[in-house]
Amino acid sequence: MIKDTEILVIGGGPAGLCAASAAASLGAHVLLCERDYVPGGQLVKQTHKFFGSEKQYAGDRGIHIGQRLVEDVANNPNIEVLSEATVLGMYEDGIVTVLHDNRHLKIRPKKTIVATGAAEKFLAFPGNDLPGIYGAGAVQTLMNVAGVKPAEKVLMVGAGNIGLIVSYQLLQAGVEVAGVIEAAPHIGGYLVHASKLRRAGVPIRTRYTVKEAYGTDSLEGVVICQLDESWQPIPGTEENIPCDTLCLAVGLTPLTELCWQAGCDMAFIRELSGHVPIVDENLETSVPGIYAAGDVSGIEEASSAMVEGRLAGFSAAGALGYQPEKAKELCAAAADELRELRSGPTGAKIMAGLSKVAAKQKAEKGGACIC
Amino acid sequence: MLIETGIPTPEDIQSVTPSEERFRKGPVAIAECFQKIPCNPCTKACVKQAIRVEPDINETPKIDYDVCNGCGACIARCPGLAIFVVDKTYGENEALVKLPFEFLPIPEAGQKACGLDRSGKELGWFRVEKVIPGGKKNMTYTICLAVPKELAMEVRNIRVGGYQNG
Repeated sequence: MIKDTEILVIGGGPAGLCAASAAASLGAHVLLCERDYVPGGQLVKQTHKFFGSEKQYAGDRGIHIGQRLVEDVANNPNIEVLSEATVLGMYEDGIVTVLHDNRHLKIRPKKTIVATGAAEKFLAFPGNDLPGIYGAGAVQTLMNVAGVKPAEKVLMVGAGNIGLIVSYQLLQAGVEVAGVIEAAPHIGGYLVHASKLRRAGVPIRTRYTVKEAYGTDSLEGVVICQLDESWQPIPGTEENIPCDTLCLAVGLTPLTELCWQAGCDMAFIRELSGHVPIVDENLETSVPGIYAAGDVSGIEEASSAMVEGRLAGFSAAGALGYQPEKAKELCAAAADELRELRSGPTGAKIMAGLSKVAAKQKAEKGGACIC
Repeated sequence: MLIETGIPTPEDIQSVTPSEERFRKGPVAIAECFQKIPCNPCTKACVKQAIRVEPDINETPKIDYDVCNGCGACIARCPGLAIFVVDKTYGENEALVKLPFEFLPIPEAGQKACGLDRSGKELGWFRVEKVIPGGKKNMTYTICLAVPKELAMEVRNIRVGGYQNG
């Protein structure tokens, strides 16, 4: 049996939840599929306070923002949430297949918003398959969702926001953090996060990388070394750091499989951290009726993901004929919010990536070759 | 460099330090927020509107030291835990430093805690004068620490646990 729905939202993280609420607020009927046990995405483990402005709930902790977004969705009669529902495929005839409760569901949405988020990147070095080497997100889940102390002593690789924040949360959980190392010459995350860690006594060392990890049955230590200006290891700078856990926070990559399968035009855009769907100003991809919002279309902060979700939700609902004038206004307001969030130096990279997307999108619309 | 180590330089600190004349008038908030990031909850935290993030949300906060009365409402509201209050009029030889704290155990008023500088270096044991809980939602504690006056611009954290009684 095929289940018809007006708007299908794939993914119940910050972008998906906001997309569902936005579309439903204009009157559209929404089905939201979340592959995890509960919606909330990465917000369920973000125990720190978020940045941004009031409009993105700045100052509130991520977990509380997540609870609020999930409640908004749950209390909206226009939204149906399907948890433990993994979207498997998007087909040419518009059918989307979902694995749920051991059944293979077929859904026929009028519009689809892909908000599948991102996955952690890994790092190649000898010994990287030893037990005790994790992605930072896994450690954060163990600690903040499962309530398990994940380690005794951790070395963190990556001084982006995830590496800095998870290090701080490890300290809060009573875990010793031997240090944070970063291959780049500068700390990539917000410096206030770095300062918070530093004044708790955790060293942050830029231009350092992992040379190798060692241990018999599980990780016993890591050899780190310094990098020169062309990112090459400097001989003789090796240092041994005994630790039982190595955490990798070396970036995220957009989870775009469904966009590829749906036939969306894709492009590799470095500033957005990988292959991303080419979207227009309403976040619609090259396949009419399929939208992309949040990390799937470029790695960014959760605050931006929420606003992108809203923008995609309003666009999709407006396109279905639900209060199109109001939808247009709300889209414009969301676009302004995004511009504001991205207008500073920390948004420069995203802006550069998005302008490439816009250029490709225009070229394609005009029928010009972009290869 | 702050961007390499996470430790603000003396020049960074100098750029946000109120004048000695202002310090003589009583407690004052200091925002050790040196990077332009999209964030402005501090502006909403201040009932006197002494903190401004202008012209847009990416600017660093500017505190009007003539308007700020050092109440400390902004300390727990800053998502980056980057705002501190310093009161150099607290005692003859002592200043009061109010700092944000998010670790367990929380010290009790009257106990002594080991004060740390911006690099986590121990500066000595100082009396905890007051502990202000941030409440159910905010959850960040504000620790009020009596420190020697000359360390008022140095002490920015306390070591977790091992608090001494009396």
